[in-house]
Formats: sequence, C-alpha cells, structure tokens
Amino acid sequence: MMFNSLLLALRSIRRNLMRSFLTILGIVIGVGAVITMVTLGNGATKAVQTKVSVLGSNLLMVRSGQRHGHGGAGSGSVPEFKEADAEAILSQIGGVAAVAPEARASVTVVANGRNWSTNVTGSTNAWFKTGNWTLASGRLFSDDEQQGGAAVCIIGETVRRELFGGEAGVDGLDKMIRIKQFSSMVVGVLSSKGQGQMGGDQDDTVLVPLHTLQRRVTGNRIVGTLLVSMEEGSDSTPLKASLQQLLRERRKLAEGDDDNFNILDTKQLAETLSGVTQVMTTLLGAVAAVSLLVGGIGIMNIMLVSVTERTREIGLRLAIGALEREVLLQFLVEAVALAALGGIIGIVIATFASMILARVMEVPYMFDLSINLLSFVFSVGIGVVFGYFPARRAARMDPIEALRHE
Amino acid sequence: MNTVNASKAQQTVAVTPDSTATTAAPPLSKTGSPLIRLIGVTKVYGAGQAELLALKGIHLDINAGEFVAIMGPSGSGKSTAMNILGCLDTPSDGQYLFHGAHVESLSRDQRARLRRRYLGFVFQGFNLLARTSALENVELPLLYRGESATARRDASARALQSVGLGGWEGHTPGELSGGQQQRVAIARAIVTEPAVLLADEPTGNLDTQRSQEIMELLRGLNTDHGITVLMVTHEPDMAAYAHRIVRFVDGRVDSDIPNPNPTKKQPVPATEGRP
Repeated sequence: MMFNSLLLALRSIRRNLMRSFLTILGIVIGVGAVITMVTLGNGATKAVQTKVSVLGSNLLMVRSGQRHGHGGAGSGSVPEFKEADAEAILSQIGGVAAVAPEARASVTVVANGRNWSTNVTGSTNAWFKTGNWTLASGRLFSDDEQQGGAAVCIIGETVRRELFGGEAGVDGLDKMIRIKQFSSMVVGVLSSKGQGQMGGDQDDTVLVPLHTLQRRVTGNRIVGTLLVSMEEGSDSTPLKASLQQLLRERRKLAEGDDDNFNILDTKQLAETLSGVTQVMTTLLGAVAAVSLLVGGIGIMNIMLVSVTERTREIGLRLAIGALEREVLLQFLVEAVALAALGGIIGIVIATFASMILARVMEVPYMFDLSINLLSFVFSVGIGVVFGYFPARRAARMDPIEALRHE
Repeated sequence: MNTVNASKAQQTVAVTPDSTATTAAPPLSKTGSPLIRLIGVTKVYGAGQAELLALKGIHLDINAGEFVAIMGPSGSGKSTAMNILGCLDTPSDGQYLFHGAHVESLSRDQRARLRRRYLGFVFQGFNLLARTSALENVELPLLYRGESATARRDASARALQSVGLGGWEGHTPGELSGGQQQRVAIARAIVTEPAVLLADEPTGNLDTQRSQEIMELLRGLNTDHGITVLMVTHEPDMAAYAHRIVRFVDGRVDSDIPNPNPTKKQPVPATEGRP
C-alpha cells in the first residue's frame, strides 16, 4: 500500500512538473538558506580561531584604565604605564617569557613620493615574541638603537606595498621614510599576517623603538599597552593573579580600590569572539529556519489548491474503491515527497552556494553533515505536518459530491 | 439468458479475502435470491423546512446478468437511486441487499471494499485522469486492489483491447476523442471484472454514432461477459438496448417493464481511427 501510494504520488508530481517545482521552491530556499548560513557561520568561527591563534595564544594584554569603558588615555586620574612596569613584570613574575611595552600613534608616512596614513608602534624587540611576528627581510633593532631612540623602523607589508610596491617583503629595505617630522631608515620588513581578529589589517603598521616613538612622535613617556607573553604550557590563571597583584602594588592601590587597569587574555578573547560568531550562526540559522517553515505553509497552500482542483479525481478514486486512508496516504506521501525533493535540491544548492560564498568571504568551507541531515529531516517533517491537513480533507470527501464538482 | 449469466455472476461474487483488508469485505452468500434488492428504500436530504424526500420507498429487484435502463425526468430520484445502488450513498431508511449483504449497515470503508471488488462505474463525463496515459487510467482500480505491476499492465492492456483500443495504451485523454475516452473509462470499469457495471448517462456527452458504439460495447459486456449492467439514461434510443426499463417519477418507481425486443447490433460505419 505504501509503495502504491508512492507510485501514485510520483505520478501526480510528474503530471504537474511546473507547479511541483514552484511548490517546493519555499523548501528549497529554506533548506538552502539554513545550510548555507550555518556552513558559512562555522567557517567564520574557524577563521576567527585561526586568526586569534596567529595573534599569539599565550598573550596577556594589559591596559591602563577601568575594565569597563574606555577611560584609559583621556581620563587623567588614572596613571599610565611606564617602561619600568614592563621590566618589573619580566623580573618579578615567574612563567613570563617576554614583556613588550607598546605605544601607538597615528601618522602619515611618506616615501618615494607617496604617502600613507597608518599607525606607528613603539616597542622593543620583545614585541616580535609577544605578537608572533617574524621578519620577511632585514634585521631587528640593535640595543643601541632601542636605548638611544634611533631613527630606524621596521615596516609592515601593507605599508611597504603602498610606499614602495615591487617585490613583497623585500623592496623598500634600507630606504628612508619620513614619519611625521623625522626621517627614518627601514631596517626590516615584517612577514605578512593578513587580517586581524577585529577585521583590521595587521600589516598596516610601522614599528619603531619605543624611545624613538616617545621622543620624536608622542613627546611623552606613556606606554599604552603591556604585552605579556607566557611561557608555553603555563597556566594563565595564577599568572594573571600575580600580575594583578604586582600592578596593584606598583600603582599603589589600597585594599578596597578597584583595579585601574585591565588584563585581557587572548585565549579569552578567542573564546569570546568565537562565541559571538557562533551566536550569529545560530541566529542566522534560526531566521533561515523560519523561511523553511514558510516554505511548509507554501506546500500546504498548494496542496489545498491541488486537492480542490483534483476534487473530481478524488471522487473517482473513492468511487472505484479507494479507502479513506489510501487517499489520505496518497496526498500525504505526495506532500512528503515534494518536501523531501525540495530538501535534496536545497542541499545541493546550499553546497554550491556556501562553497562560492566561503571563497568570496575568505572563510574556510566547512561541510557540516549534521546540519545537512537535520535540514533534510526537518523538511520531510514539514511535509508531514503541512501535508496532513489537505490530505485529510481529500480523504473525507463525499465521492458523490466530489464527482459532481466542476 | 439469465441462467448462463447468473452462474457467471455468482462465480465472480465469491468471497475472496482482500489482500489489503483489515476488515474483510462483507460476506456475500445466499444464491438464488436477486443480486440486488431494494426494500422500501427512502432517501431524505436536508432537515426541517429544507427537507427533501428524494426517494419515497423504492422496491426493486435486479437479477444477475440483467441489462436494466433507468429513466425518468430530472429530480425523479433516479440519480439518488443509482448512488445507492452503487454503494456510494446509503438509504435513509429501508434495506439494500447486495447479494444478501445489508449495504445500509456497512461502514464507509466496507462499502469502498465492496465497490472495488464487485462494481464498475462509467460516468457521463468520463472522469479520466488528465495527462495520464490510457493504460495508467485503466490500471487505477487495480492499484487499489494491490495487484502486481505486471498483472496490472496485462489486465489493463487486455481491457483496452476488449473495448477496441488496442494500440492506444500510451495516449493521454487529451489525445483521444470523446468516444475513445468513454471506451477507456469502460475499460477501467471492467478491468476488475466486476459483477455489476453502473453507467450514469454514459452517452450523454457523445453524438449518435459514438453513442451507438458505446451501447454496443455495453451490450457485448452484458451478453458475452455476463456483467450485470445498470444504466441511467435520458435517451429512449439508448434505453432501447436494455432488456428492462425502469422509469422513475417523483421519487417512486413509476413503471418497470421488460423490453422484449432490445436493439440489435446495427450496421455501424467504420469507427474512428485506429492506429
């Protein structure tokens, strides 16, 4: 009986190819949207995780100011970090591999007759270690250059490309560039890192020794951020606690006072960011699931029209001896077959769409079997739920009335 | 004439358990009594002020192998009677015995089983499935009987052959003339080898020549295959093919007379195109 119903259902789907296609379009779009959204969302999460790991996984970023709000630089009442804080952390806390004091300023750099707006970072050679940076060419700063605030710099790939063009990582080396008001020699080029976790271009920077920045650009001795890199395998929780304790002492905070600095753990950041993308994925998937539901209503709508339109056919089937449940099953199977067909087409379309979109959005394509299966099962379920009502209506018809229907 | 056909009909009406049945088709027994017997059947439509008495106590016996024409003006109750005889409807009061079984007390599904087993229907409007081949149309009742694909195909091809449409299996109703469509419909009605064929104005949509062809076909089914034929018609020419003419007026049987000289085979000019 089941097989016959399937045969009958497929026959009537075939008889109305165009309508059948339009009927399942809602399901196709729904399933396609759900799978595409979730697949791309997973890809984005993966991309974020990859990029945060590029940033350095064992990194603590210490900033001045309250934890909540951007009180840091402008608030005045909060003391800024000094270079000495970095030295104190390195010498007094165990498990710290490197500490880099970092200060930044926005500047326009000029060279080769071109100019480029970027930011200049003042730090020490420890900055390479804390940020997982490597050199594409050239050398690090010498100790003398770091101490004396020499006019030397290491440029990021983006800056290099904009100013000098030519071969990646090489051209521009040993040339002079003007940073704000002073001329500086390019001693090295950073290896490219690409887009950062916040979407910014990490290669768009110029690195100078901290003293150089303080003397020639900012004119103060403020250190904006302390980058603390932990030794491999060390636990961040006790390290963070002792770091907090040390900084409270150095900043002379009394017992009940709130911290006037905050410590950001990149691992935490990674988790937060992937948490955000996952929430986005779920949200987009849910919106798409609503469209799947709308697709189901579309199926019900068309099935009701179909039942009305085929009233005489139903009357005939009943007259020649079809049982109520056979007619019910036929229309139910028809709805389910339509929904399942829509699900399959949706999966195929979603596979291609997410492959293409993943490439466009520069996130990895990650095939997710469970969402494909879930969407398919869900669309079949929608066929059952929304097909039942029209099918029951067909099955309960009076054959005499139905045969008389015009 | 009745003796030969009656034995055939009784053979057909043997009780066979339905393969898909959860409740078996009603037992049919009692040889010797008429195949169909209506006893004091009334049918009331509506209620209260709008109440309409379509049948006012009908008594009718039909033996296996008969060819009965039912006539009467519109609203005389002949269609209502036909629906009850076809087990599509139940009487409001009275009894309908189909080979001894009380149809009036059967459930909807039981009546459906009875129809698929013993009855064939031919309608004025053909009622073929559009965009479906003649063969698939004829197969339809066999699908509900749960026959195998090859059995369906063979039986349907044979049925089409017997109505003179051999070679037209793959054509859809849109590609067939009215007369051919009605012949497909007849093939569909007889493919299950029914005991009774109920034809509701089978020639109502056809011109005279096609009508005569259809009537020849029905008469052949009656005489050669022993199928009991009940036919509603407006046209005296068509009723003249039957052996008995029952006339309804105002919800009652007005006259029930034998037709001693049914129309014989007429010289029919070459039928419309065969492949």
